[in-house]
Amino acid sequence: MTLNKFNLPDVGEGLTEAEIVSWKVKPGDAVAINDVLCEIETAKSIVELPSPFAGTVSELLVQEGVTIDVGTAIISVSDDISGDPTPADVRAPEVAAPPVQKAQPVPEVQPLYGKLPDGGAQDNAQESAPAGGPLVGSGPKADAVKRRPRKATPAAAVSVNAPEVEPVQPRSAAEVTQAPAQAAAPAEAAAVVDNRPTLGASITGLVNRVLAKPPVRKIARDLGIDLADVVATGSRGEVTREDLVSYQAQRDAELDKADGFWGKAGKPQDQRVERIPVKGVRKATAKAMVESAFAAPHVSIFVDVDASRTMEFVKRLKSSRDFEGIKVSPLLILAKAVIWAAARNPSVNAAWVDNADGTAEIQVKHFMNLGIAAATPRGLMVPNIKNAQDLSLKELALALNNLATTARAGKTQPAEMQGGTLTITNIGALGIDTGTPIINPGEVAIVAFGTIKQKPWVLDGEVIPRWITTLGGSFDHRVVDGDLSARFMADVAAILEEPALLLD
Amino acid sequence: MGTHLPSTEFDGTAVDDQREADAEAVMGDPTAQMVQLLGPDGKLGTDPLFSDYADKLTPEALRGLYADMAAIRRFDIEATALQRQGQLALWVPLTGQEAAQIGSGRASQPQDYIFPTYREHGVALTRNVDLAELLRQFRGVSNGGWNPRETNFHLYTLVLAAQTLHAVGYAMGIQRDQKLAGTGGNEPDAAVIAYFGDGASSEGDVHESMVFASSYNAPVVFFCQNNHWAISVPTNVQTRVPLSNRAKGYGFPGIRVDGNDVIAVHAVTEWALEHARQGKGPVLIEAFTYRVGAHTTADDPTKYRHSDEEDAWRAKDPLSRLEKYLRAEALADDAFFAKVKADGDELAAYVRRTAHDLENPDIRQAFANVYAEAHPLVAEELAWFEEYAAGFAGEEETAAQAAKAGH
Repeated sequence: MTLNKFNLPDVGEGLTEAEIVSWKVKPGDAVAINDVLCEIETAKSIVELPSPFAGTVSELLVQEGVTIDVGTAIISVSDDISGDPTPADVRAPEVAAPPVQKAQPVPEVQPLYGKLPDGGAQDNAQESAPAGGPLVGSGPKADAVKRRPRKATPAAAVSVNAPEVEPVQPRSAAEVTQAPAQAAAPAEAAAVVDNRPTLGASITGLVNRVLAKPPVRKIARDLGIDLADVVATGSRGEVTREDLVSYQAQRDAELDKADGFWGKAGKPQDQRVERIPVKGVRKATAKAMVESAFAAPHVSIFVDVDASRTMEFVKRLKSSRDFEGIKVSPLLILAKAVIWAAARNPSVNAAWVDNADGTAEIQVKHFMNLGIAAATPRGLMVPNIKNAQDLSLKELALALNNLATTARAGKTQPAEMQGGTLTITNIGALGIDTGTPIINPGEVAIVAFGTIKQKPWVLDGEVIPRWITTLGGSFDHRVVDGDLSARFMADVAAILEEPALLLD
Repeated sequence: MGTHLPSTEFDGTAVDDQREADAEAVMGDPTAQMVQLLGPDGKLGTDPLFSDYADKLTPEALRGLYADMAAIRRFDIEATALQRQGQLALWVPLTGQEAAQIGSGRASQPQDYIFPTYREHGVALTRNVDLAELLRQFRGVSNGGWNPRETNFHLYTLVLAAQTLHAVGYAMGIQRDQKLAGTGGNEPDAAVIAYFGDGASSEGDVHESMVFASSYNAPVVFFCQNNHWAISVPTNVQTRVPLSNRAKGYGFPGIRVDGNDVIAVHAVTEWALEHARQGKGPVLIEAFTYRVGAHTTADDPTKYRHSDEEDAWRAKDPLSRLEKYLRAEALADDAFFAKVKADGDELAAYVRRTAHDLENPDIRQAFANVYAEAHPLVAEELAWFEEYAAGFAGEEETAAQAAKAGH
């Protein structure tokens, strides 16, 4: 049995690192050549990595969500195949069936980015070990770490040219003084390549050292606890579930203190500044927000609403057969309310456009592309529902669900974020009462939906508990004056107080 | 009538070019006259000029065209996978353009000389280039990969449009050789094909090459694969008129052909090569096709175009329309398609096996290729390098690899 390791390749030109987004295989799975192993995200795109080996997955060496350098081993595959051969091998019968009748016009044409076709897996275990080794790491960083040790003997001759020997890797003063010693101990130098711990490695180590039952191991893995750190109280010296629970409680307490965050007391402050490069979604968000905040004079207004009837309505929808299997939330009623109120106050569904000749115009949109601000794994995104005004309540619910699912999966397409006309930000989902949102550039209004909770409310002279929420709205004062924004917000509030008005 | 453009046989068509291009920008479909014989539905149409050329294709030849297209598509998938596995530094996928490449490549004669861009894997196949050898450049172990003299298929040119100049120069050379040999020569007349894309059509080199080709009546066919995307730039930013219309300005025929119709591409290219061989001058062929995949493996088209556009073009797929035709006319059966599939997998396995074994070049080759004859300075530099390389511990690694690690 041979254990083959797959090193993270440079899938673009000159990429130095990538993040493992998700694994598509697990230890014990049989894989064929070109079966998809995992999805990675680089600075350029998300792509799937096909397996260069046929065999059985022995270990995943990098956890999901971890960013690693090109050249790092990510998975090991042993070349003995256990269990069934994968279905990918059995493709010949597909051809025998008349392809003309296939629903898809061209099943073989698949995009060659993003998802890879699983086409034509050749199950040739003997081919799996590349003769020359994989050509990984055309990026500068990846090559730089692999410095080869120099021979000691011709040192005198070579030292004359010393500066040319290592032009890439900057070295500390300590390293330079140790250089002769390093040459004498090449093995040690080679070992420095990458000593960062990975989850897979630590688990392998644990199998030998720490006793624990499989369910306990799973809990530890889920919680990210290294079993070796846990005091074992089991009768045979094994780590028990209780041990984990108490360890976790203690760790939580420590995390609460969060003293790790502030760093060592004596450390100078200029070394305690964490620098995070601004790029990608963060950069785009920042640019859009600055543009909007400084170009459009914002005016924000708030209104408290008794949303008890909305809550009842949502409850009834949830139990109705028509909405079976569809997620219904108060956001759905708010979305409908916003669409309804915009039709009565059209100026909020508009754009301010500066013309090239110095004049400007207001473009009132007679359609609603309703933006929903969504926290996604890639940052804040505002996809919108096109022509939301034409959707029934059920269609709107489905559209909201789709939008949320797509955004959460990080698969929102640029087109889905363009052409928005009015935006809702659901800050209530995070337990916040209200805020002053910043208008999405190109629009003139944004509605913030606060959390809905029971509060004392005066009804007919009596204080009673009711479901209360706060609506916040920001408006571009160039387009929407105070009275109009007030009327719009009052209309939205009216629907939340009495959803039956939608039937009007 | 003082300043009329040079007349061509396509002059006088009462088509408003501007309106045409505008419509195309909106519709995404060519309204320009486009030669199409085999439609997406697999039905064979007719053309007054080109049907005669299409009729020359035997059932055997048609099956061959299908087999070639299927093979190169399978090869493309395998090469993409090899890139994702770290075995190639880069790959340039061709999927969607099989008909344009196989059709034109199969129309060429052995004595013709081909100047490709870097995406003409399908043409390479028709010129008998070993596809595993073709991967050398993409693996970074060679600046070329094959000997162009053996196949008359020039090395891939990575500098956009530069090959169009080389092609015209080569064609003018052929002209002069023929003149020198006189009329009594037994050698078959040769022509040149210059491949380029819609993006390269905006480069000055293409303009210069067309001016020279026209002025000297050079035997060259300009074969432009309009695949609609120059990386992320759409065609309507490259041109406001159909690209084939540009030929009018230079004074030679321009033909737009359905680039996903292998029969039409073959017919039009055969006609154009004849035209060139007979000394009638250059022809511009615009093969109207689509890059279904990414520009290269380092590109992510989902960032700049919609998948419904890709789907619309998938419906015009070159392979499935020929398959429909072959089945409808009972020219090929299930066994044939199964064999094509099996051959493709075999090719893929061969390429995978061979790609792993491609050897790193010896650094001495680089020194040897500086001058045609021995040179003292080169010898001195080589000696220095060998001494430097020998200074590394670990005998198993060659000097060549040492050079690589230093980059």
